[in-house]
Amino acid sequence: MSGAQETGPFDTRDRDWQPPGFAPEYKSTALRSPKHALLRFPTTLSEETSPVFGHGMLGELDNDLIVNFAAEGEMAIGPRLVVHGRVLDEMGRPVPGALLEFWQANAGGRYRHKKESYLAPLDPNFGGCGRTITGEDGAYEFRTIQPGPYPWPNGPNDWRPAHIHFSVFGHGFAQRLITQMYFEGDPLIPLCPIVGVLKSAAAVDAMTATLDKARTLPMDSLAYKFDIVLRGRRQTYFENRSEGL
Amino acid sequence: MADTANVLKESPSQTAGPYVHIGCTPNFSGIAMFGGDLGAAMKTGPVKGEEITFCGTVYDGAGDALTDAMVEIWQADAAGLFASANEVRGAADAHFTGWGRSAGDMETGEFRFETVKPGAVALPDGRVQAPHITLWIVARGINIGLQTRAYFEDESGMNDLDPLLSQIADRGRVPTLMARSEAPGVYRFDVHIQGPNETIFFDI
Ligand SMILES: [Fe+2]
Repeated sequence: MSGAQETGPFDTRDRDWQPPGFAPEYKSTALRSPKHALLRFPTTLSEETSPVFGHGMLGELDNDLIVNFAAEGEMAIGPRLVVHGRVLDEMGRPVPGALLEFWQANAGGRYRHKKESYLAPLDPNFGGCGRTITGEDGAYEFRTIQPGPYPWPNGPNDWRPAHIHFSVFGHGFAQRLITQMYFEGDPLIPLCPIVGVLKSAAAVDAMTATLDKARTLPMDSLAYKFDIVLRGRRQTYFENRSEGL
Repeated sequence: MADTANVLKESPSQTAGPYVHIGCTPNFSGIAMFGGDLGAAMKTGPVKGEEITFCGTVYDGAGDALTDAMVEIWQADAAGLFASANEVRGAADAHFTGWGRSAGDMETGEFRFETVKPGAVALPDGRVQAPHITLWIVARGINIGLQTRAYFEDESGMNDLDPLLSQIADRGRVPTLMARSEAPGVYRFDVHIQGPNETIFFDI
């Protein structure tokens, strides 16, 4: 995995930009957020290293949610999408070899999970998960269907905007991140208490994928672009490599 | 060496939600996918060092166990080396991944990893970190993954010299970072998100 020999401390996480542990509008945070302040320390090797995920572990259909759970010859129901983007670090450098795992509700807003009780039906041909690994330029792409919005128990009548959950692994455990991708123009975005844990419009924008007409597949799929940014190393040392940055 | 300035903001974190297991441990969720769940096995063959079970439960502020969390651990091998592409101090144990992921027990939420006791980690600047396991915990209601570390209560000599542990001002809370041997080869590390025994969480 090239680029993975870089070492060096990660820059401090900007906790004013990231959400607080406790956000009153998102009720589940009340009992699940530490009361004490986090103790801040510089990263050590324990955070500057991370497990290695090779492209070899991927199956051919891992990044195609339209068919990766479907019966032979069948496809998931819903508007067909290509979701793509790049994984970058805070210095704007591509992060190759990043593992992305994603999961989502089906077109009706229903998850394939035994604790899920929403009345929208399961799609027998949709599992709702996939994964991929970024290329040398940090780029990734997967195919899926447009997830539906869904109601959830929080306030008396809260709805999640359509979204796709992302789990991201970069080159250091310090970069470990889970986020959600929303869809440009969704009127539920500003009403959502989970989106609302982020107080800045710029942060909400950073989680909102934009329609990418140029990447649509004519007569096949719409495309959305969603870039992901991971913590960066302020000073990067390249070991055992002939070329510098 | 490259010395550069930030031009982008880190992507905002969002909760993993109640269905993180669909995406990260689909087979655990009953979705047969990918030929198995990532991080289910940390040992891929005969490993060096002391094989241990590392287990615990994550409790919320009401004292209830989280049954919808995902816990990941990352640690050095028995020699203190990481199975990482950017480990430059030597070659780690080829049969040990150093990384584990647990959805917890379906009913009790208890996480359980079959792993090895990590060795001390010699930092490039000469300091030595006591044996420890790094944890990252996500779940519904957790807006940004909780980072903590489990040290080993039976390594007090090393713990006293650890560059992180020794800098914690509130000494009364240090025991919340200790995994305790509850049976031969079994270490327990319970995590309390709130309450009188609130675990120390880090911003590292
Ligand atoms: Fe969701």
